Amino acid sequence: MEKTGKSELLVAALQNGTVIDHIPSDKVFDVVNLLGLTNIDTPITIGSNLSSRKMKSKGIIKIADRYFTEEECGKLSVIAPNIVLNIIRDYEVIEKKMIAMPDEVRGIVKCGNPKCITNHEPMQTIFDVVDKENGTLRCRYCNKDVHKDNIKLL
Amino acid sequence: MDQTGRSLISLEGLDREDILWLLGHAAQFEANPNRKILDGKIVATLFFEPSTRTRLSFETAVNRLGGRVIGFSDAATTSSSKGETLKDTIMMVSNYADLIIMRHYLEGAARYASEVSPVPIINAGDGANQHPSQTMLDLYSMLKTQGSLDDLNIYLVGDLKYGRTVHSMLTAMRFFNPKFHFISPDELKMPDEYKEYCRKHNISFEEHSRFDEETIADADILYMTRVQRERFTDLMEYERVKDMFILKNDMLRSAKPNLKILHPLPRVNEIAQDVDSNEHAYYFQQAKNGLYVREALICNALNLLK
Repeated sequence: MEKTGKSELLVAALQNGTVIDHIPSDKVFDVVNLLGLTNIDTPITIGSNLSSRKMKSKGIIKIADRYFTEEECGKLSVIAPNIVLNIIRDYEVIEKKMIAMPDEVRGIVKCGNPKCITNHEPMQTIFDVVDKENGTLRCRYCNKDVHKDNIKLL
Repeated sequence: MDQTGRSLISLEGLDREDILWLLGHAAQFEANPNRKILDGKIVATLFFEPSTRTRLSFETAVNRLGGRVIGFSDAATTSSSKGETLKDTIMMVSNYADLIIMRHYLEGAARYASEVSPVPIINAGDGANQHPSQTMLDLYSMLKTQGSLDDLNIYLVGDLKYGRTVHSMLTAMRFFNPKFHFISPDELKMPDEYKEYCRKHNISFEEHSRFDEETIADADILYMTRVQRERFTDLMEYERVKDMFILKNDMLRSAKPNLKILHPLPRVNEIAQDVDSNEHAYYFQQAKNGLYVREALICNALNLLK
């Protein structure tokens, strides 16, 4: 992650860990919650409303000494499909992980249908991803579709 | 079959052979509806939402097959009114019954019940979502009156936006090369997602705004549904269209000889009373067919069909 232009380097470089990049600014804290970052005790740097060439404004989260599983990454796709996870070892980016929409999403998304059983019983929601390209999820219980832009998290 | 155990939650997982196989068994039950094959079995009918005709049809099916029925017809008299979860009610009842038939006002309730229940569940309607036994009896009625489910001209009339039965019919008929005709007021048109479904599955359809003798002259099946006042956001629009989707006897003058008129019932005024004696009227026999279809579905859920 060596960068010479000091104006671009707004947060400290990371020796080992994960840099989650290209988070839409309004989704930064959703990412924090989804990954349970409030329960991690290694150093975390959170940046928001940073300028970006690809997006109008973006967020970045740097987490020292922590790597994420495919399942955890899959969760992020629900709120922001273009997020990139940079895996850092010894100050080097050894892998850039693009996140992929999983086939199903469990226990993260709230069903928008007030008459859906999942909004009345103490149970886990399950959505099938029926259109990965456009980000359409279908509630496995009431069969109602929700588009990723309208998703509400539990 | 896409079912949890032998539960019947929706028809989504059934293919052409599954559907025809079940309908074949329904025909056998029609030939011989009283058999003691449920002797010693207890079936629970849990109606969290009242539905008299569906409940009576299922309970008659169990009784005619020699089984016994326990259950309730109104959730107000049960512990769910005290705040008991659906899961707890299902776990409790599954201690007593070999099969649970349930109607619930919440969508997805039957699927959830089938996930927690150790005994099979038959969905007798979950909100606006699924009502598979109704669709099966509609299919049975079409098969019985037309001789085949293939290549039928099916006219769906009335509330095509909220009508659960018409949506289920679209999906169940995808194996049989139907030609659908949608006739409805503008506010209650077939939703785009279902038209998209038809295109995706090569189901041909045509939309009509007029409901008259000429439009329906080519129909094999005329499937009528209720246009309900409460479905309209614009009541002026309701007043304008409410009489335009009523089937009257003189509209059947040019009908094909094999035309049958179906209706999921209850009817209010969308089919004029004098149609009842027309040879094309079939809705009361259709309801009767529900008994044979439900006998087959119950026995299938209990793994008693060979």
